Amino acid sequence: MKIKSILLGAAAAVAIAPAAFAGRGDSGHLNIIFWQAASILNPYLSGGTKDVFSSSMIVEPLAVYDENGNMVPRLVDEIPTVANGGVSEDLKSITWKLKTGVTWSDGSPLTSADVVFTANYCMDPAGGCQQLAKFADVSAVEALDAQTVKISFSKAKPFPYSAFVGTSTPILQAAQFKDCTGAKAPECTTQNFGPIGTGPFVVTDFKANDVIALKANDTYRDAAKPSFGTVTLKGGGDAAAAARSVLETGEFDYAWNLQVDPAILKQMEAAGKGTLVSAFGTSVERIMVNFTNPDPALGDKRGTIEGGAHPFLSDPAVRNALSMAIDRQTISDAGYGSAGKPTCNVLPAPAVYASTANDGCLVQDIAGANKMLDDAGWAKGSDGIRAKNGVRLSLLYQTSTNAVRQDTQALVKQWWNEIGVEVELKNISASVFFGGDQSSPDTFQKFFADVEMYTNNFDGTDPEAYMGGWACSQIPSPANNWLGSNMPRFCDPKYDAMVAEMSVTGDLGKRAELAKAMNDMLMQGGAMIPLVHRGNNSAHANTLAGVKLNAWDSELWNIADWTRTN
Amino acid sequence: MLNYTIRRLLFAIPTLLFISLIIFLLLDLAPNDPTGDLPLTIPPEVREKIRISLGLGEPIWWRYLLWCNQFFINEPLNMLGHIFDTCIGDCENRLRVSSWSTRSPVGDLIAERMPQTLWVVGMSYVLGILIAVPIGVYSAYRQYSWFDQAGTFVSMVGFSVPTFFTGVLMIVIFSVHLGWFPSKYNTLHVVTDWDSFVFQVRQSIMPVSVLALFNASQISRFMRASMLDNLNQDYVRTARAKGMTEQVVVLVHVLRNSLIPVVTVIALGVPQVFGGAIITEQVFSINGLGALLILGIQGADIPLVQTLTFIFAVLIVLFNLIADVLYGILDPRIRYD
Repeated sequence: MKIKSILLGAAAAVAIAPAAFAGRGDSGHLNIIFWQAASILNPYLSGGTKDVFSSSMIVEPLAVYDENGNMVPRLVDEIPTVANGGVSEDLKSITWKLKTGVTWSDGSPLTSADVVFTANYCMDPAGGCQQLAKFADVSAVEALDAQTVKISFSKAKPFPYSAFVGTSTPILQAAQFKDCTGAKAPECTTQNFGPIGTGPFVVTDFKANDVIALKANDTYRDAAKPSFGTVTLKGGGDAAAAARSVLETGEFDYAWNLQVDPAILKQMEAAGKGTLVSAFGTSVERIMVNFTNPDPALGDKRGTIEGGAHPFLSDPAVRNALSMAIDRQTISDAGYGSAGKPTCNVLPAPAVYASTANDGCLVQDIAGANKMLDDAGWAKGSDGIRAKNGVRLSLLYQTSTNAVRQDTQALVKQWWNEIGVEVELKNISASVFFGGDQSSPDTFQKFFADVEMYTNNFDGTDPEAYMGGWACSQIPSPANNWLGSNMPRFCDPKYDAMVAEMSVTGDLGKRAELAKAMNDMLMQGGAMIPLVHRGNNSAHANTLAGVKLNAWDSELWNIADWTRTN
Repeated sequence: MLNYTIRRLLFAIPTLLFISLIIFLLLDLAPNDPTGDLPLTIPPEVREKIRISLGLGEPIWWRYLLWCNQFFINEPLNMLGHIFDTCIGDCENRLRVSSWSTRSPVGDLIAERMPQTLWVVGMSYVLGILIAVPIGVYSAYRQYSWFDQAGTFVSMVGFSVPTFFTGVLMIVIFSVHLGWFPSKYNTLHVVTDWDSFVFQVRQSIMPVSVLALFNASQISRFMRASMLDNLNQDYVRTARAKGMTEQVVVLVHVLRNSLIPVVTVIALGVPQVFGGAIITEQVFSINGLGALLILGIQGADIPLVQTLTFIFAVLIVLFNLIADVLYGILDPRIRYD
């Protein structure tokens, strides 16, 4: 009797469900593979891309970036601007109005108190919040009423869309995290592994660094979405295996971050089960040129302004010749395929900020480079290496350990040898190179080499903070514990003046002009040699529709719209 | 024997404490950084705050004592409390050893990954032994026969071809071309009925056979060599002269004596089962203990790596002792007291 009634109840529920939520769950099950598995689902405690992307299915920010880099409202009805009164005239505050009727997956309503709580959660000095930079210059976050939040800044912010814009700063539920603030934040394992969100999916099972099981959120604001009823996000293995499981075996529907030899990817795609997609954000693989002297004999002054200028890289002719000798197209084709474009700018996107003044570098010119060095007085010696006044053009070229980077190093070494420059190659484990261990001489901030290569980018679409990274004050040195992003030790008062001007300029057209001018100054000054504008490579099954690959935000930003086709 | 065992166990304590200190120093002094894997968009000042929140601002000896306190006192108390379903002392606020990347207790991570590691790696070990012993015995009995030559060839191949090659080769053949088995191991899968059991077998076949081939190659060589040593002994001739059947001579007299060194090898290999198979787990995305360790090393997750390697050290010390005790049981001539 009991079993019978349960069965009847279940049958009734199954019969009613599709009628009540037409569309939700119709597409069945979705299998995603992230070969780097998510460690935690709270982006405030882990800024890793894999963690931010995974959590973007569950928790949401106020607004996200779409595939073209435009802001689209998520938990609000419109993006506040000066024109609609959302941003104050003095650019010192922004007021967000929450959409009405949004509920958390436990059924309770989303209110401005949750937004205020989340801001305080991240800004707590004891919490070790990894997204703290998004809350820079925020002086107060207050709830004006249940649906309205005002964020005030300590100084004018021409681009105030930082906190709660983009999936790295989502809204957490105050009720769930109320006992998890400050030093307690990392101890709340249950909350960090299963945050309650407003997004299209809820976590049903989470195994750290392994797999996440999710199901559709019953209280999601659009009754017809998400189309998938359940999702599995599997991790582990390597990029090639992930590509194979989508493109060749068809076990998975979506694979992210496929940094695989382009020739192998093409071959896998030919199996006809899936499609490769790529999108370009702001990532640029570049060679940084050291303006200071990395000679170990200098001791504590090594690699600092006090240690003096670089013996030969301080000569603009040498820097220009190094750049001219490189065939960027070949590097891009060999290492990046459809996920790379040769570039001559460190700021290649968004389109309004991209300069065209430096495009001459796209063509390799070994003869020109040789002539430039000859004219500057660098004469070839008997060993084929150029020298002037006893200084030989012999440089140390370092980067992180990564197959593509080592290939690039080999190519560049060959071209530089052709112009009479001796090159010694070095690669360092990524966690050491990018890590900030003070005791290690091999970090990219210390830059105890002549040139170094890596990729950098910036979050969102506004380049102000990124371009500000090459101001004189950002030079890493022992005085600031080698913290700072100005690796080339580039220092020019005219550049600093533009940085200062941009921080008070609100007009978008004027900001774009400034950003281009700053980019051109860095490029023409030879502070760095940009190589490849890098995109993201992902693959999806041919039966999966609705994927809009986004380089500006989480790749899973529109997962609620994904559907299964036949 | 009991006295011997107790003495050995007591000796193990200072050894293990010393090992834990060495592991800690090795990891801590290595130029690794837990924020090294984070995107470069996270500025250096924020990274510095993250490092301090992880406790890296404290002096090195303090961090070692903290780990000792968490591992030797808090974790066992917590485990006891969990078994008896009670709360011992201040269990709410007692700090457990926590991973830096997941911010969750390392003990929970290990418990979560133990099943798939024991199932796949353990199964391959058992299977490897079951294959290796008969092959080793028969190869030795019919030395230089075609069976022995074939066995030698297969074990050489199995031993010298790395698992990252055999694993990917199997995936290309059986997953890509034939489509028989899944290339990724599903850790969420629960065996509830016959069909789900069949799926579990299908998803384990490839990793288990890759590892079993490797284990069997190694053990069968030991078995064969040990059998050959014994087959020419005088007691074998005596047994035959007494008119015993070949079956009894080989399987009772020779095999028992030949097993002594092989059992040691097998017992000493058991800690490796718990250590997981780092490469094979990676190839098939099994995400067991081996994958956990390699992830911890890459991400400079010191508490995780420290705890895992220390547990392996404990297991190795323990199984060395077990092997010595087994020796005494198998061979009555060996006495320790």
